[in-house]
Amino acid sequence: MALRGNLKDVGLNQLLNLINLARKTGALTLQGEGSAGNAHLFFKEGKLIQASMNSQVIRLTDILVKVGKLTPDQAKTVNARSKVNTDKELGLLIIQNGMLSQNDIIQGVKSYLLESVYRLFTWRAGAFRFDANILPPEERITVAVSLDHLILEGSRRVQEWEQLRDELPDLDVPVKLAQRPEANLRDINLSVEQWKVISFVNAHNTIRQIASFLKIDEFQIRRIVYGLQTAGLIEVIRPAAAVSAPALPLAAPTFRPIGRSVLLRVIDRLRKI
Amino acid sequence: MQTVKMVVTGPFSSGKTAFIGSVSEIPVVRTERKISDNTRNIKEQTTVAMDFGRITIDKDLALYLFGTPGQKRFDFMWEILSEGMLGFIVIVDSARPETFREARRILDTFRSYSNTPFVIAANKQDDEDAWPPDDLKIALSLDQDMRVLPCIATDKNSVKNVLLELLYIILESTADEPKPKRKR
Ligand SMILES: Nc1nc2c(ncn2[C@@H]2O[C@H](COP(=O)(O)OP(=O)(O)OP(=O)(O)O)[C@@H](O)[C@H]2O)c(=O)[nH]1
Ligand SMILES: [Mg+2]
Repeated sequence: MALRGNLKDVGLNQLLNLINLARKTGALTLQGEGSAGNAHLFFKEGKLIQASMNSQVIRLTDILVKVGKLTPDQAKTVNARSKVNTDKELGLLIIQNGMLSQNDIIQGVKSYLLESVYRLFTWRAGAFRFDANILPPEERITVAVSLDHLILEGSRRVQEWEQLRDELPDLDVPVKLAQRPEANLRDINLSVEQWKVISFVNAHNTIRQIASFLKIDEFQIRRIVYGLQTAGLIEVIRPAAAVSAPALPLAAPTFRPIGRSVLLRVIDRLRKI
Repeated sequence: MQTVKMVVTGPFSSGKTAFIGSVSEIPVVRTERKISDNTRNIKEQTTVAMDFGRITIDKDLALYLFGTPGQKRFDFMWEILSEGMLGFIVIVDSARPETFREARRILDTFRSYSNTPFVIAANKQDDEDAWPPDDLKIALSLDQDMRVLPCIATDKNSVKNVLLELLYIILESTADEPKPKRKR
């Protein structure tokens, strides 16, 4: 018997609470709305043991690259040596090659799991079902993450999400670099993610386009943009007449090709400084 | 506001931050960290994500200078930064031949991203140990037609000249009208 419903009515936090308290074993499937994709979470006796997003099977090596435990080159080496390509074999190869300890691998998988699940807290709607006693495929590595912490962190993120949505209601607007940054910029420490966003900031790219180009989800991009805005580095351009940008895939960031006349202006100005 | 972008790259401690700082009208936005590893004896701070400076051209045009981090472990940032650039400058510390091979590697990497024009700045020409541009060119096994320019990154005029040289090269490659031959 499956438990079914919609996140509109029963939030993810409530679901996790239920699984935690009833120490359930089984698979929770979420179908997000729009482009959100889907997610499969697996639990054993009330603990999260595995997750996959958009029905993708992500190899252990890819997971460990994502969480920064392995370099892409190391992953390549391991993948090339693997014969059957199961997580267990890959894990063994990684340990045998002295790249990581078993504990490192487990910690890596855990943080990947947590990050994946945290993102789901921003889904406000979407169908779910819980199928009891279904476990992930044998060959995948499983860990055991207690739900207590996850639920707490989840609630915190839901709150933050709601605040961010109030602060930054519209993602279909471009941002620009602040004309006169008042803050003493020398003392600002930006994260790599923030820098990536900054390097795409330009009056033609909407926040949503930047996010989709950098493959950052809505929650993250709101957080980053809000942070940069608060630091006085960027400003949101609020269009006089609201034109919402078409959701076209961004081919390349639009530092547009420029002609000779623009170049001549630059040269002219530089000569005088 | 239209923006044009140039990238300033080069090995660790070659003078990228100084270069951008000399001409930028805003304080260079940078992410520097105290150095904790064995490169420490060279200098105290290094750029860990990128530098970023701006020159306003007129009311609807601005030139942005993006400086890459110098240490190898940050080179995942390079390709991102090079996206859409008009041209790039490889800054070489002319007084530290132990960095020349690395400079060459950086140059080759950037050329593999796109075929935008570039120049090489033979920096720290005020240092008595500096290799002159022509010697540097040979040491880096550069092609005959690549431009190696003398540079002192801490000197505004010198930086300005390097930028202008690069702009002239870009201008020549932007042929939407018959181009007059430029004599060098
Ligand atoms: N004498 C002299 N010193 C210079 C010149 N350019 C830079 N320097 C000095 O060289 C050191 C390194 O300069 P930076 O601008 O920090 O170098 P960088 O390339 O940004 O370094 P990373 O970000 O760590 O890769 C600093 O102490 C500068 O003051 C120059 O033309 N002449
Ligand atoms: Mg620097």
